[in-house]
Amino acid sequence: MATTALDQPHAHAAHAEKTGLWSWLTTVDHKRIGILYGATAFFFFLLGGIEALIIRIQLARPDNNFISPETYNQLFTMHGTTMIFLAIMPLSSMLFNYLIPLMIGARDVAFPRLNAFSYWVFLLGGLFLNASFLFGAAPDTGWYGYANLTSRQFSAGPNVDFWNMGLQVLGVASLAAAVNFFVTIVNMRAPGMTMMRMPMFVWMSFITQILLLLAFPVIAVALILLMFDRFFGTHFFIPAGGGDPLLWQHFFWVFGHPEVYILILPAFGVVSEVLPVFSRKPLFGYAAMVFSGVFIAFLGFGVWSHHMFTTGMGPIADTFFSLSTMLIAIPTGVKIFNWMGTMWFGSLQFRTPMYFAVAFIAMFIIGGLSGVMHASPPADLQQNDTYFIVAHFHYVLFGGSIFALTAGAYYWWPKMFGRMLDERLGKVHFWLMLLGFNLTFFPMHFVGLNGMPRRTYTYPAELGFTALNQIETAGSLLLGLAFLVFLINVVRTSRGPRNALADPWNGATLEWAIPSPPPEWNFERVPVVDGRDPLWEEKRKNGGRLPEPVAGTGAGIHLPNPSYWPLVTAVGVTAVFIGILESPRWGPWGIIVAVALLLFGLYSWLFEKGYSEFRTPSHGGH
Amino acid sequence: MHPRTTAARRRAGAPFLCALAVALAGCSPERYPQTALLPLSDFARIGDHVQDQTFYWALGVFVLVEGALLYSIFRFRGRPEDPEPSQIHGNTTIEIIWTLIPALILAAIAVPTVKGIFETNAIPKGAMVIEVIGHQWWWEFRYPEANITTANEMFIPAGRTVELKINSGDVVHSFWPPRFAGKRDVFPGRETRLWWKADSTGLYPGQCAEYCGIQHARMAFHVRSVTPQDFEAWIGHMKAKGPPKPPAAAAPAAGGSLRTASAGAKVQGARDSAAAGAPAQGAEYAAGEKLFMTKGCMGCHSLQAVGAPKGLIGPNLANVGSRSHIAAGWLPNTDENLERWIREPQSVKKGVLMPNLGVTVEEARALRAYLRAHQ
Repeated sequence: MATTALDQPHAHAAHAEKTGLWSWLTTVDHKRIGILYGATAFFFFLLGGIEALIIRIQLARPDNNFISPETYNQLFTMHGTTMIFLAIMPLSSMLFNYLIPLMIGARDVAFPRLNAFSYWVFLLGGLFLNASFLFGAAPDTGWYGYANLTSRQFSAGPNVDFWNMGLQVLGVASLAAAVNFFVTIVNMRAPGMTMMRMPMFVWMSFITQILLLLAFPVIAVALILLMFDRFFGTHFFIPAGGGDPLLWQHFFWVFGHPEVYILILPAFGVVSEVLPVFSRKPLFGYAAMVFSGVFIAFLGFGVWSHHMFTTGMGPIADTFFSLSTMLIAIPTGVKIFNWMGTMWFGSLQFRTPMYFAVAFIAMFIIGGLSGVMHASPPADLQQNDTYFIVAHFHYVLFGGSIFALTAGAYYWWPKMFGRMLDERLGKVHFWLMLLGFNLTFFPMHFVGLNGMPRRTYTYPAELGFTALNQIETAGSLLLGLAFLVFLINVVRTSRGPRNALADPWNGATLEWAIPSPPPEWNFERVPVVDGRDPLWEEKRKNGGRLPEPVAGTGAGIHLPNPSYWPLVTAVGVTAVFIGILESPRWGPWGIIVAVALLLFGLYSWLFEKGYSEFRTPSHGGH
Repeated sequence: MHPRTTAARRRAGAPFLCALAVALAGCSPERYPQTALLPLSDFARIGDHVQDQTFYWALGVFVLVEGALLYSIFRFRGRPEDPEPSQIHGNTTIEIIWTLIPALILAAIAVPTVKGIFETNAIPKGAMVIEVIGHQWWWEFRYPEANITTANEMFIPAGRTVELKINSGDVVHSFWPPRFAGKRDVFPGRETRLWWKADSTGLYPGQCAEYCGIQHARMAFHVRSVTPQDFEAWIGHMKAKGPPKPPAAAAPAAGGSLRTASAGAKVQGARDSAAAGAPAQGAEYAAGEKLFMTKGCMGCHSLQAVGAPKGLIGPNLANVGSRSHIAAGWLPNTDENLERWIREPQSVKKGVLMPNLGVTVEEARALRAYLRAHQ
């Protein structure tokens, strides 16, 4: 193995772990930032879940008055926005942060302070979006905010502005992170780790960053145009002034459909890591897995109008978008078959992560098949905007993304926290979640095809939707219970001993070659890779398990200094949008102050001494 | 007209979907008046046919793939102490096969899909035109040939193709009469089209399917499909509902209309009041008529079917008395509901553009009697 560590004479003791609030506020360590992403995203996930439960209670009876129509409309908007932008995306970011450097044998990401900046902007954006509840003005026009309902004429309050500015802030975080991980994966792989030796999770993450880089600018532009319509009296989406609401739909879905793959590709990556380890067999058809992912991402930019068949685009456009959508089923099918090929002839070890990974395949198949059903415009004219669609995308995003991310949580928990989550509670969590999920979302297929549109705060008894809705509500309560069990598991585990070995699952990838949790510098010596599944290769050469690794001292390793400028700059970015939101009251002054803060943060960041000299045991931040 | 038989003959997918649903809730599409699974028109049947075909393919794939997954879970379960399984990295032949098979299945789905796309986009010639205008949160229906207007309950002749020209008065909506057709989005400043030929008579619900603001959930409507003879009779009946006599001066201010003057003139004299054709109904009716003129109702509602002004804020009430539902197709049109709706619209349908006008119980009764007479 090669090494870049310079043995310093004074390096003798393990580096003391820094603790305390300040260390978290100034951290640039990708692992800590990953944990911050995870904790924040899980908090928002619970918030979005509670919103969903309130929605389900409201729908448990026809003509129910549990909540008002305004509240309902805010809740379904915030549920979707929260789950997409504040839960699933940042849960993936948690894994990008924590795992990509470890899996490619790097000591951190390419731009550690930019990484911290991404997190802080994400956190502030999420808080900003949810602060709207405090003003009774939560966004209420749906997560895709169709024009011209979002115009001042039809949405006079600040609700739409909170949504608009909130998404802009979150977009900044996503774009900065995407640049960071793209560069990290391209430039910072350990010697010998060629692109075609990268773990599948890194590959899928890589593709996700490209999707982010290409898709988010589109929504950023659309949101700016909407902001102009609302603040400066332009008419991009307002027909009375010569604009066109349909334009918004095109903008939104050019972003929105790739966004779907941004939500699901990391999940594909997680499952592609978990299945081989618990099948004790390499991933089946590695190259096909890579190229099907690339193909999905490429096609993902050519299918957006399948969200818009009901707009009456005419037969040629309908045909094009229908066929391109169907094409995506081919690489997706390849992935499913390859996962099953991985399990086939394997020696399946049914630990908790494996339960969730296998259920992911089973549930994602259902979401994929209903997806093919509404790739067909004549059928989609009936299915679109009904609960059939709600069922479909929950099978993809919950049955797909959330099941896979949960598999990942159980799988990587010991690496991140040095503690094994309880297996028995994990399995209780699994069965509750599988049952609750299917009870909640399977009946939606039927209630949708039988005439129930989505985004309706109630329904009359005479349409016959009551029974199915009651089953759904019961299922959603089970889902809530499932995550309660998970929380109990987390709390109990955190009180237990640090019992995790470096490699508890007989892993194949590099993160299992270092202690659990890893030291700040990750690898005492940068590993050299000479194949896929490098750790399995290493263990085979060694004739069995490897000795428990030691963290080392970190002596002589360059690591970035902690910095609070990313946080200051992130506050500046968020303040700019608060300034715009409040500009009717504050005039330009809020924006001017915020921009000054932003520039000050950037300036200080640029001229800060970013890297320490060689790490020494006495070195402890500022 | 033997609609049920035609529909029943051709409903291949519904029993299957239902068989699955029975396990969950004892569902059957017959229980759902707004179901999309029991098409009653040529247009709806095109989509239903495509949906059935994709559904059968999907069901087959579902059974095979989930079956194989279940099999592998039980067949390949191992123990930690088991020897390492053989390290297979892939198999090009198998991978090519399982790339090609889905491609072939998709091709099989693509053929009826593309056929269906072109069929649904080909509007038959000589259809009867109905203009649909979506409003927050109700539906305006205009029959340009007969020059009449109604709201929230669309009359159509069964057995004759209708062509809908769809526009919005405010935001984006989506017009969805599931028994007769799939959705067609409703845009301001951009006309969309939809068509169908109903093969059944009866009253069928539909509703807005694109989120359009606070009362999106209660922007419903009904399609009343009647025999051609009944339809002609209805048109004749509605044609008698022209503008009121001059002294009433009830032409609403908002929107105005190009049609009011000319079309109204033709039928003028054929009626004695806004409630033409309705028998005078005594004191309550007379009080209601007066209240309707003085309480501000006229500002938003028109009682004339012929030459009614376009773009009013509130629904046309020319035949409100005979509609099955009020408040845009969801509240049964009982006397009690109608009075409550007149008295306190904001608590019946919060956020609706009709304000609470401080109508007393007695006044509401009178207004109800007056409106009920508008059959």
